Amino acid sequence: MKKVYGSAAEALDGLLQDGMLIAAGGFGLCGIPELLIDALVASGVKNLTVASNNAGVDDFGLGKLLSTRQIKKMMSSYVGENAEFMRQYLSGELELEFNPQGTLAERMRAGGAGIPGFYTKTGVGTVIAEGKDHRDFNGETYIMEEGIFADLSIIKAWKADDTGNLIFRKTARNFNPPAAMCGKICVAEVEEIVPRGSIDPDLIHLPGIYVHRIIQGQHEKRIEQRTVRQKESA
Amino acid sequence: MPCSIKGWDRNQMAARAAQELEDGMYVNLGIGIPTLVANYVGDKDITLQSENGMLGMGPFPFAGEEDADLINAGKQTITELNRTSYFDSATSFGMIRGGKIAAAILGAMEVSENGDLANWMIPGKLVKGMGGAMDLVAGVGRVIVVMDHTNKHGDSKVLKNCTLPLTGKGVVDRIITNLGVFDVTEHGLSIVECADGVTPEEIIGATEATIV
Repeated sequence: MKKVYGSAAEALDGLLQDGMLIAAGGFGLCGIPELLIDALVASGVKNLTVASNNAGVDDFGLGKLLSTRQIKKMMSSYVGENAEFMRQYLSGELELEFNPQGTLAERMRAGGAGIPGFYTKTGVGTVIAEGKDHRDFNGETYIMEEGIFADLSIIKAWKADDTGNLIFRKTARNFNPPAAMCGKICVAEVEEIVPRGSIDPDLIHLPGIYVHRIIQGQHEKRIEQRTVRQKESA
Repeated sequence: MPCSIKGWDRNQMAARAAQELEDGMYVNLGIGIPTLVANYVGDKDITLQSENGMLGMGPFPFAGEEDADLINAGKQTITELNRTSYFDSATSFGMIRGGKIAAAILGAMEVSENGDLANWMIPGKLVKGMGGAMDLVAGVGRVIVVMDHTNKHGDSKVLKNCTLPLTGKGVVDRIITNLGVFDVTEHGLSIVECADGVTPEEIIGATEATIV
């Protein structure tokens, strides 16, 4: 079966439905599926629920889908960099479910591993625990969190082979593997697709079983906080 | 009388916090003063974790060497070291939740005498989210809070009970402020150390929490 598609729009063809749950990889603007997000904007699909650690910035990443009002609900841990997000949230147009970052990552991983719920210490005694099942193990209290089972995963990797085996680069890996795992269908955008056999099997980060469609494209890879140090003069 | 005692400045607080770290530790540093702690570890072998998926975080890059694929949890460009490893977010929080990270040094808005920590949300103000803070305080071996002892009005941020929504309940082990170092004990806070030129009486006067 052929996994390589010609464009983001082709790769998403037939997969989109209003009201669907999409899991997206990325942390801040690092390792986000920017081309697939642009294609979602162009598709006009709406009432989306998006599980993603962050919500992009106003004019890049998921911020674009917010400005077109295609997102109904976000499941995120931190949304601080997005003014339009805040406007929609405070006016009640956008639902927001805050998840502690590790809980969000584990909910995706668990969903992908067929685990519908798990217990964690994170958030016990806070607003996050309200209404959740509490249970003691070895004298400590835990709360139950549910696995995320997404209709579609959109992720970004560095390199793929044509069977969907993926390699990520540096901290751009972040939420991409767990987001990929929790979707019924996963579409990956990469910087380079290489022929099967050209990646050492020992060095594959995410096996192609999790990846159903792949596209190659040019990425802007915007930097959110450019911080540098001065060279010490000799 | 609002607190006019000065004690340590930001860098001195960071230097004091660095003394908490032991050779060989894997540590997570929060944003703000905690970030400065890295400047004071000296020749101790400390590995810094960045919860977006990295162990062995290096300094900021030189201009022109920034890499969009290499950022810390504050979304700043950074560099790698010869010990660096990368992993996904689920693995990263697995090592946090699993207690593999020896210590986290974090900022706070409020901390209480029983170790409750509030550092993510002010009701009525813009809520940005807790990020990884709730996972860190619930999971790491030791939670060290570094913050100013009082707010800009001179009111104590070290309280009997937090007034803000909590990040974690009973999670703080040690508090380092501009006035001194405190341990959370069963009966209240104990003074471990006073900052330079600060007396225990001055600390008690500037603190709402019970000092034992």
